[in-house]
Amino acid sequence: MALVSIPAPLRPDSADPAHPSDLDDSEVERIRHDFPALGQELGGRPLVYLDSGATSQKPRSVLEAEQDFYETRNAAVHRGAHELAVRATDAYEEARAAVAGFVGADPAELVWTSNATEALNLVAYAFSNATLWAERGRGGSELRRFALGPGDEIVVTELEHHANLIPWQELAFRTGAALRYIPIDDDGRLDLAEASRIIGPNTRLVAFSHASNVLGTVSPVEELVGLARRAGAFTVLDACQSVPHQPVDFKQLDVDFAAFSGHKMLAPTGIGALYGRRELLDALPPFLVGGSMITTVTMERADYLPAPQRFEAGTQRISQAVAFAAAVDYLRETGMQRIAAREARLGERLAEGIAALDGVRLLGPAPGEDWYGHPRFGIAAFDVAGVHAHDVGQFLDSRGIAVRVGHHCAQPLHRRLGLTASTRASAYLYTTEAEVDSFLASLAEVRGYFGLTSKAGS
Amino acid sequence: MSLDALYQQVILEHAKERHGSGFADTLGEAQAAGLGESHQLNPVCGDEVTVRVAVADGAIQSLRWEGQGCSISMASASVLHDLAEGASPEEFRRLAEAFREMIRSRGQIPGDPEVLGDAAAFEGVSRYAARVKCAMIAWVAAEDAARQATG
Repeated sequence: MALVSIPAPLRPDSADPAHPSDLDDSEVERIRHDFPALGQELGGRPLVYLDSGATSQKPRSVLEAEQDFYETRNAAVHRGAHELAVRATDAYEEARAAVAGFVGADPAELVWTSNATEALNLVAYAFSNATLWAERGRGGSELRRFALGPGDEIVVTELEHHANLIPWQELAFRTGAALRYIPIDDDGRLDLAEASRIIGPNTRLVAFSHASNVLGTVSPVEELVGLARRAGAFTVLDACQSVPHQPVDFKQLDVDFAAFSGHKMLAPTGIGALYGRRELLDALPPFLVGGSMITTVTMERADYLPAPQRFEAGTQRISQAVAFAAAVDYLRETGMQRIAAREARLGERLAEGIAALDGVRLLGPAPGEDWYGHPRFGIAAFDVAGVHAHDVGQFLDSRGIAVRVGHHCAQPLHRRLGLTASTRASAYLYTTEAEVDSFLASLAEVRGYFGLTSKAGS
Repeated sequence: MSLDALYQQVILEHAKERHGSGFADTLGEAQAAGLGESHQLNPVCGDEVTVRVAVADGAIQSLRWEGQGCSISMASASVLHDLAEGASPEEFRRLAEAFREMIRSRGQIPGDPEVLGDAAAFEGVSRYAARVKCAMIAWVAAEDAARQATG
């Protein structure tokens, strides 16, 4: 039980869970008052923050939850018998239950990590440790199903964020397995026919993103999980761009592992989470080892606790976990279905506005296009002909508009689309239509500023 | 600070004209006393520049480059070509040092057109910490290539 009451976000009094009302601009205006960073002016212009795909801003309730933890409950968790240690441990484990519940998981199936990158590396290193243990005759036969070697294949897609690509490259290198990828077409669409040829009897693990941080698309999870299941392969879902923006239930999606980060969903930096099916987490060897994750230690060897403690060596990110729980409370009370619906509207507004500009190429689905049966979510990346993304970003920055420029940690995807960099606008629950329109109006001026007429091709 | 102070007209023009871009006119090995080539990459934005330097008769006879990137990095390479060709390696070294000192000064050191010529137009870049590397990338490549050519 919390010792102080954390202010809940504003919400409509007439909220009916069966028929949620639209998250409209007037409610968003109230939501914005909860986010101190959004009220700032930069260079005399109001901040237009369209970089939530990189990291979200934080509501006051999250900042206060972290501060309150330090003021009333700060102690190390899962060690020490004094009252503060008990309070800290309770807060830490209640936070786990809250975040696990948010993604349809049991508390024991949610491991805290520093970020999503660490979560994905954790899975990759647990698999290579399983390989090593099996080779050296350590552990029981249940470990063999994780062991990889020559002839085995790990499958990813061509549109992955580097965090869901490089750990698998290195796992393949360490174990001798081969890394294969599902290609995309000229527009960025996954080639599902090719996927069904690539995912086969040799496939041991399929890792893919739930929602693309560049294209704004939601992946065909059911099809890919179905292919992996039929091949008897494990599935790993990079859910960094889905969990913050739409209702997600990992059990319903039937994936074995999933990673997401707190800072993209109103929580502080420094904390992320790994979901794993319980029987898998309990059977996998640990990644990081040390204090707080053991049962018996001698000078020669150690025995390890079951998950999630097995994967949480050393002093943990306690205040961040507590604040992460406050973040999911905020999102839950606002309503993930409503947030997703609003972001789909903002994504469409962005896509329409960008696609309508001469000399600007929208990446991913065209306006009104649904890929794999899902609308674009609140992300739209684009290329301005003749103007480098950094110059586009600099121009927008001079208007107080914050966007992401560069390859967005997806170099292979950009290369496939014939680009080295792009500019990306991304929305969240606090983004207004007026902000989208102000961004579009400024974007329309970019080519003119850099001496390119709006009619020139490139 | 206004955007126009960063993107001065001379920078936008160089970004379009790209003086010295392309290796077709590079001085051949037979004519040069020393040759150097350096490739530099900015992993943050993917900008990359390759610079080739040929030294003969105590001077940089040719400095050519190829690359892709933002207007600041491309304009900077173009200005570099104009300034470095004809300079002695020592003059070029001093020029590059003066350019670096201005670019890294966070707006404290104004560009001196007497010393830096068109490169003085980059003084606005020094107020944008995120763009300093864009302005420097071709110069870093040129310094490395010149060292090889004279070494």
